Amino acid sequence: MSNGNSLKTYKNLLEVRDLRTHFKTDAGIVKAVDGISFTLNEGETIGIVGESGSGKSVTNLSIMRLIQSPPGKIVGGEIIFENKDILKLSQRELRHIRGNEISMIFQDPMTSLNPFLKISTQMVETIRLHQNISRKEALAKSIDMLKLVGIPAAEERIHNYPHQFSGGMRQRVMIGMALSCEAKILIADEPTTALDVTIQAQILELIQELAKKLNTAVILITHDLGVVAGMCDSVCVMYAGKIVEKAKTEKLYAHPAHPYTDGLIQSVPRLDKAHDGKLFSIKGQPPNVIDLPDCCPFHPRCHKVMEVCRHHYPPTKDLGDGHEVSCWLYIDKKEHPDA
Amino acid sequence: MPNNKEKKPLLEVVDLKQHFPIEAGFIFKRQIGAVRAVDGITFTVNEGETLGIVGESGCGKSTTVRSIAQLYKPTAGSVIFDGLDLVNAPHEQMLDARKNIQMIFQDPYASLNPRMTVRTIIAEPLDIYRRRGMLDPSVTKESIENRVEDLMERVGLNRAFKNRYPHEFSGGQRQRIGIARALALNPKIILADEPVSALDVSIQSQILNLLHDLQDELGLTYVFIAHDLAVIEYISTRVAVMYLGKIMELSRSSNLYKNPLHPYTKALLSAAPIPDPVIERKRQRIILTGDVPSPNVERFGCYFYDRCPYRMEICKNNIPPMKRMNEHHEVACWLYE
Repeated sequence: MSNGNSLKTYKNLLEVRDLRTHFKTDAGIVKAVDGISFTLNEGETIGIVGESGSGKSVTNLSIMRLIQSPPGKIVGGEIIFENKDILKLSQRELRHIRGNEISMIFQDPMTSLNPFLKISTQMVETIRLHQNISRKEALAKSIDMLKLVGIPAAEERIHNYPHQFSGGMRQRVMIGMALSCEAKILIADEPTTALDVTIQAQILELIQELAKKLNTAVILITHDLGVVAGMCDSVCVMYAGKIVEKAKTEKLYAHPAHPYTDGLIQSVPRLDKAHDGKLFSIKGQPPNVIDLPDCCPFHPRCHKVMEVCRHHYPPTKDLGDGHEVSCWLYIDKKEHPDA
Repeated sequence: MPNNKEKKPLLEVVDLKQHFPIEAGFIFKRQIGAVRAVDGITFTVNEGETLGIVGESGCGKSTTVRSIAQLYKPTAGSVIFDGLDLVNAPHEQMLDARKNIQMIFQDPYASLNPRMTVRTIIAEPLDIYRRRGMLDPSVTKESIENRVEDLMERVGLNRAFKNRYPHEFSGGQRQRIGIARALALNPKIILADEPVSALDVSIQSQILNLLHDLQDELGLTYVFIAHDLAVIEYISTRVAVMYLGKIMELSRSSNLYKNPLHPYTKALLSAAPIPDPVIERKRQRIILTGDVPSPNVERFGCYFYDRCPYRMEICKNNIPPMKRMNEHHEVACWLYE
């Protein structure tokens, strides 16, 4: 192995290249994820923001290969994790990665825990599936994990059933379970959407702290721009199955390039700013992703729409320092295809 | 006197309590306790203003507005709307007054009957009151039809969609249908129970703007519930912060955000994320420990005692009264006594 290669594997933990996940429905093909690429570095936290139906969750289910087929199918692209393409792995190899190297927490902690089994049973099962240790050791480890995520009286609480925990506590249990095998990547799919603000603050703080302590890279999926601002190093903004803008968090909020990102940031009411009169709002509805024509999907709602946007999808332009945007506004007029 | 018109109270809630019994026993049911969803709250809503109610889930926000609308029979206290106590008024009188109180609900999927067309949904309040003979006799089938079309136009729906069913609309459009229905009877006050929390960010701002415009045009009064503090700050004139069925702080919205007094309000504000990475990373958070305690027990001290970072001896066994700090700011906390 050459030196350059090992250095590269250290930096890039996960690389998604041109991923496409489509669903076949009666109405037509839904291109839920349509050619997205991003890289996740070790210890980094990356945010994926978008409205419902933009393909955030499907992206992450594709990374874990949890897309149900049929109707869904990953039709193209590569997901490189530790020099291996996840899309080409066998079920056996996949099982080694799921929950062990990459683990996931979901929005609703009640539906992701089995209501019939004690927390201890569920945690021990997970740990023993991936590590060759005894039941006793696994139980001790589970208790340690629960203590780590801040469950009081963990020794007793571990023998409770999920319904005996509150929403915030359940989400803590989920996080503890997800990190019990020292996963390298944690995918958090709207982990705090179902929780109250004070509990949300607790959970986000916990994820941040644990990620630092265990050097876990985090992919955070959310629709809340406030959560992203506090948690993430860089952000991908998704719209209709495509990443329309990608940048370092500070950069994205200070100089949003894509009209959609700009509109999204402006349309959130803010506590720290005096407001006068109306909120900015993006007109119209998110598009139907069934049989989307080859144009910029945002053009019917865009306030800076040009003729070219109605006929061609814009190429991705690098604005420097990892800030990429897909919008015709940033492409030289001479390079526009004749519309 | 400036703003004399705005100062007139339209709705007065006095020491409202809403307890739900917990029963045990199979044949002979007996009450073994009560969920104290709303446990003695007092506030007024002035004409033309928006009162925001914030709080975590389970703090009694929704129960409060449902009790105001007489969807529940309150355990104690009174709800005085336009001079009439709705709790003790005769049924007919209450119904007549309730024409002026309409609700918008949180879930735009669950709050519209899937088997009714948009036309039937929006016209339903009119139909019901017409059948009861409580509408002006000049209201006819045709005038209802016109009213439905006007309402649809007003909330930003194409009137050609009149005969469609709810499933043909997106979340934001459904919420517009819900708003049109609430406006049908020309109410004075609209109780909005988390009307935007199920919507996407870009749709949320559309609906907030619509509600804002309607208030300006029709002189509506709102009681607006949300758990998102930024939304509440944007829409409200005054804000009530609730916790475990009690109002902790009640203030002009601008004052509350600049100068929160109650420890709970402070924690709530500091927990709300701000969409700006520069500010967000510098912020010192007050992170509350633990969860909201059970509302099933009767409390004799401050309701926030278990989680309060500043609790004192006096808080344990004495319920703090609402103290007026200045003209627009009231707080229930022993720190300010």
